[in-house]
Amino acid sequence: MKHLLRNIVDAVRGRPAFILPPSAFILLLFASCMREERGFRVSPPPSGRVQTVRLTELQPGPAQPMEVTQNAYEQNAYAVSEGKRLYEQMNCVGCHFHGGGGIGPPLMDARWIYGSDPSQIFSTIVQGRPNGMPSFRNKLNDDQVWKITAYVRSLSGQVEKDVAPSRSDDMSGPPPESSTEKKPPVKSGGIPKSAEMPK
Amino acid sequence: MAEEPLKRELANDEALAEEVADEHERRALEKTWGDEPGFWGWLASTNHKTVGKRFIYTAFGFFILAGILAVLMRVQLARPESTFLNPDLYNQIFTMHGTTMMFLFAVPVMEAVAVFILPLMLGARNIAFPRLNAFGYWVYLFGGIMLWVAFVMNVGPDAGWFAYVPLSGPEYGAGKRADFWAQMITFTEVSALVVATEIITTFFKLRAPGMSLNRVPIYCWSVLVMAFMVFFAMPTIAWASACLMMDRLIGTHFFNPAEGGDPLLWQHLFWFFGHPEVYIIFIPGTGFVSTILSTFSRRPIFGYTALVLSLVSTGFIGFGLWVHHMFATGLPRLGESFFTGATIMIAIPSGVQIFCWIATLWGGRPRFKSPMMFVLGFFFIFVIGGMTGVMQGAVPVDLQVHDTYFVVAHFHYVLIGGAVFPLFGAFHYWFPKVTGRMLGEKLGHLTFWVMFVGFNLTFFPMHILGLRGMPRRVYTYQPHLGWGDLNLLASAGGVLLTLGVLLFIVNALRSLRAGVLASDNPWGAATLEWATTSPPPAYNFLYPPTVDSRDTLWTQPADQPVVVGLRSDVREVLVTRTLDAEPDLKAEFPDSSIWPLLAALATTAMFIGTIFTPWAFPVGMVPIFATLTGWFWPKKRQAEERPPEEVKQKHGKRYYKLRGQES
Amino acid sequence: MPSQSALHPAGPQAGRIISLWWMMFYVTGAVFLIVMAFLVAALARRRRPYAGEAADVPDVRPEAARERRMSHVVLTGVGLTVVILFVFLIRSYVTGRALDSLHEQDHLTVKVVGHQWWWEVSYDNSTAAYTVTTANEIHIPTGRPVLFKLTSTDVIHSFWVPNLHGKMDLVPGHENVTWLKADQEGTYRGQCAEFCGHQHAHMAFTVVAEPYDKFKAWYDAQLKPAAEPVNPSQAQGRQVFLSSPCVMCHTIRGTDAGSRVGPDLTHVASRGTLAAGTLENTRGHLGGWVVDSQKIKPGNRMPPNNLEPADLQALLDYLQSLK
Repeated sequence: MKHLLRNIVDAVRGRPAFILPPSAFILLLFASCMREERGFRVSPPPSGRVQTVRLTELQPGPAQPMEVTQNAYEQNAYAVSEGKRLYEQMNCVGCHFHGGGGIGPPLMDARWIYGSDPSQIFSTIVQGRPNGMPSFRNKLNDDQVWKITAYVRSLSGQVEKDVAPSRSDDMSGPPPESSTEKKPPVKSGGIPKSAEMPK
Repeated sequence: MAEEPLKRELANDEALAEEVADEHERRALEKTWGDEPGFWGWLASTNHKTVGKRFIYTAFGFFILAGILAVLMRVQLARPESTFLNPDLYNQIFTMHGTTMMFLFAVPVMEAVAVFILPLMLGARNIAFPRLNAFGYWVYLFGGIMLWVAFVMNVGPDAGWFAYVPLSGPEYGAGKRADFWAQMITFTEVSALVVATEIITTFFKLRAPGMSLNRVPIYCWSVLVMAFMVFFAMPTIAWASACLMMDRLIGTHFFNPAEGGDPLLWQHLFWFFGHPEVYIIFIPGTGFVSTILSTFSRRPIFGYTALVLSLVSTGFIGFGLWVHHMFATGLPRLGESFFTGATIMIAIPSGVQIFCWIATLWGGRPRFKSPMMFVLGFFFIFVIGGMTGVMQGAVPVDLQVHDTYFVVAHFHYVLIGGAVFPLFGAFHYWFPKVTGRMLGEKLGHLTFWVMFVGFNLTFFPMHILGLRGMPRRVYTYQPHLGWGDLNLLASAGGVLLTLGVLLFIVNALRSLRAGVLASDNPWGAATLEWATTSPPPAYNFLYPPTVDSRDTLWTQPADQPVVVGLRSDVREVLVTRTLDAEPDLKAEFPDSSIWPLLAALATTAMFIGTIFTPWAFPVGMVPIFATLTGWFWPKKRQAEERPPEEVKQKHGKRYYKLRGQES
Repeated sequence: MPSQSALHPAGPQAGRIISLWWMMFYVTGAVFLIVMAFLVAALARRRRPYAGEAADVPDVRPEAARERRMSHVVLTGVGLTVVILFVFLIRSYVTGRALDSLHEQDHLTVKVVGHQWWWEVSYDNSTAAYTVTTANEIHIPTGRPVLFKLTSTDVIHSFWVPNLHGKMDLVPGHENVTWLKADQEGTYRGQCAEFCGHQHAHMAFTVVAEPYDKFKAWYDAQLKPAAEPVNPSQAQGRQVFLSSPCVMCHTIRGTDAGSRVGPDLTHVASRGTLAAGTLENTRGHLGGWVVDSQKIKPGNRMPPNNLEPADLQALLDYLQSLK
């Protein structure tokens, strides 16, 4: 047994193939620095494109694919946890509850009425939507909206599990965001009952 | 065999024949007990001296790292409103400083010294469960590396070394920072528990024949008490940190007040471990003090029984005063008074020890060698720390000084004074035994004075700062509060203290290369580790010694019997009885093995995996099981290894021979 | 500048504690000196080397009579230690009882809620209309015990005004109580004493102890809703406040701003400090805080606000009018 292991060690010695994967792993680890950065004075991700974001796939002419945007905060556990705090404090929770919905549509399922892309969620928050979603323009700054956007996507498991927040010190609701399985967005959602105009 | 004709030729000369036989035995023992050559043999070593040295160097490395963090903090606090460190980094740094000092330096280094010294002092060939010992070291090393890699990657814990929930909990501790902290606890705790097991077993079963319990050196008693305290304290924190990880990873509610959990539960569990922890660190320190004092006062320690009873009672009382860390949490006052009583009571055994030590000096003829200087420094510093400790035992005073710099000053006085100064004394004392060379004496004295002055300059002003309202764990303070000057003084003292530690390192490196070669017993000490060469051979003693008094080397006759008849072709050791240390049976120790390292790697993989997913727990068990199977795979026995007459003797009254008195 | 020191008591509790401390200081100081004197004497004692023995030979069988004498001294020392510790224990218990005996039938009750990183203060009153809510500044009448009910909504904090009394923790899910009484008029600084995250260092508050008349006047002023704008700039400032992120977190009673995420600003201009004791309450500090609070107190919950200069000036005019 010992000889076998010794042979393995000899085999490893001087072969880059055995050294590269661990090095790559180490590099990968360093990428995780970003997950824990506590950025206090950062310029928020650019939000210029958001004004022209598409909310529907319908379009004249040949079909163009939907744009996909990246929200840097989805890589950052602290930013997502800040998003979660703002989600509670800005009273998102008043209508959407802890993702299960009620007065507003649920956010932890796979259906997205106005799109699941970060820029689409951003513009939904900033612009407001018919049937009850208020506009937060000028009431939240871009940085805060991007954080809430990241958190909202974590509700349906769209962000990595080691970034998504865990349970709160509250009465237990749905399982924590970090234990939520990723739900691929359903394309044509349609308006759920809960999001319809109250009659 | 080359010796055969030689032996025949000199058959008449008994002394020479004996020497030849000794040389023969020496070579056989060296072959049996020595590490295998090369890097592989180095990794596979299970010798307590190899592992112990590694352990000490690693712990010292962590001491340096945590010391660097302390310097950074002192730079930040030297002036008000300093922007040298931002609050996030400062919080990580003070957490890492406390965590590293407590979990990766103080407890491990005390165990490490015990791993090296204890078997020598007891006259044993190796520590009990040598493979477990190697495993304990590797687990500790990997846990420490994990924590520091996490810190470098900005995933360093930032909720304090006490990690109070809810701040360290799932809602307020975003990311994986607190998880790395909690998992580091698991590593340290596994390591501490296995080493405690070895220490207890070695103490009770591997003592030299004749070393009955009332002849055991005080140092050995102190590490025994430490090991038992580890045994009862560590499981609490292991369970608490496991609960914290479960709260964070899978959303349990142990510490969630909204679901019937309680943040104060964490504090009870943490301090039920955390307070004994400081005695785990301090008690071996007292062992160093007793050993060094006795040697350099040139007399037996005064009040042996009283000292042992003090150690044991400190071990017991140490578990009854954790609540004094929680006087401000709103617990019922009458209950708190009970803990005031317990806290104040622990000053009694400490007082007994101090008085006995002073009596030892009084009745002895002190020699001011460098180890002794550190012990004298210990008296000054530790007594101040003890006094401020008694003050804080009183609930009303504690309510004022709790979580202020007064407390910071207090515990640095007791921990640096009570543990680090004796430890540096121990470094100076045992350096020749460990390395074979004397540590520079002049530089040793200089080290002491620089450290002593630096220490007091750093930490004394903190008493005043605390009373003047400066809370702990603040990354900065405002200029108008008037704390700037004393903080600057403390920082200046910190520079001096750092310089002292650097001097020690310089001295050690210089002495390693060019120090005076040490004789077997350069200090003229009384305990058994000085009965062998410096440094000791892999098998510790050519013939394991026997003991007929407490201060063996001072009182034994020139023809003190030694143990012969142990096999030198396998790792055979003599196991003695618990109370009177009469020979009980012979046991065979396992060979060197790489499996402890592999098992430690598998354990590490599982521990780190569980930070990210609960599935790592069951899945990670598989490689651990595989490596443990390799570890415990039965050895093929050769039939001739156990001659029948020897097995028969095993049941007889005495199956070993003492040289000089044939049985 | 307000004082923050346990050495300068301004109330009966801090006074009792510090006198207990001084007693212990003198006794333990004397013990320390005696122990050190014994140590030095033990080291400096002249010793006769034994006849015919090298000085380095260990004294294996110490002289029995001397050993007996030393054990008497040690036993005496231990006995004295026990007596001293017993005295400490009794004295500590008596002081503790005295600290907790501060009660009054018709007392003022102040509720303090700890937040990361500021203090929400409200004065209990059975009539809701007489309840005062403020932040980071507590006024109490001198010479009267005041009951404090302490809790937290996030992490553990600790309420500490060293000039008046020791600490009491604010634990989520628990309500702790403590009594404070100030004998001397004055402003005392308090600070959070339990590590609570990034801005633990900047979580201070002030306790203003003043004669009952002055306290009553302050209380009555705090009961009033916010001052109405008296000039166009202030009016514009109020508009800025209500149409910017400010309104999402802060309350100004008498306006539509009613969120309780951040400190109540109804009478912000009457307070001595900003940002939980971090800044003196001046126009410049206020402006800097509104625009870029993360520079001053990194990690705090107040977002940066990119206001137009004219809007900022108007907002400052308005906030400064909220006496």
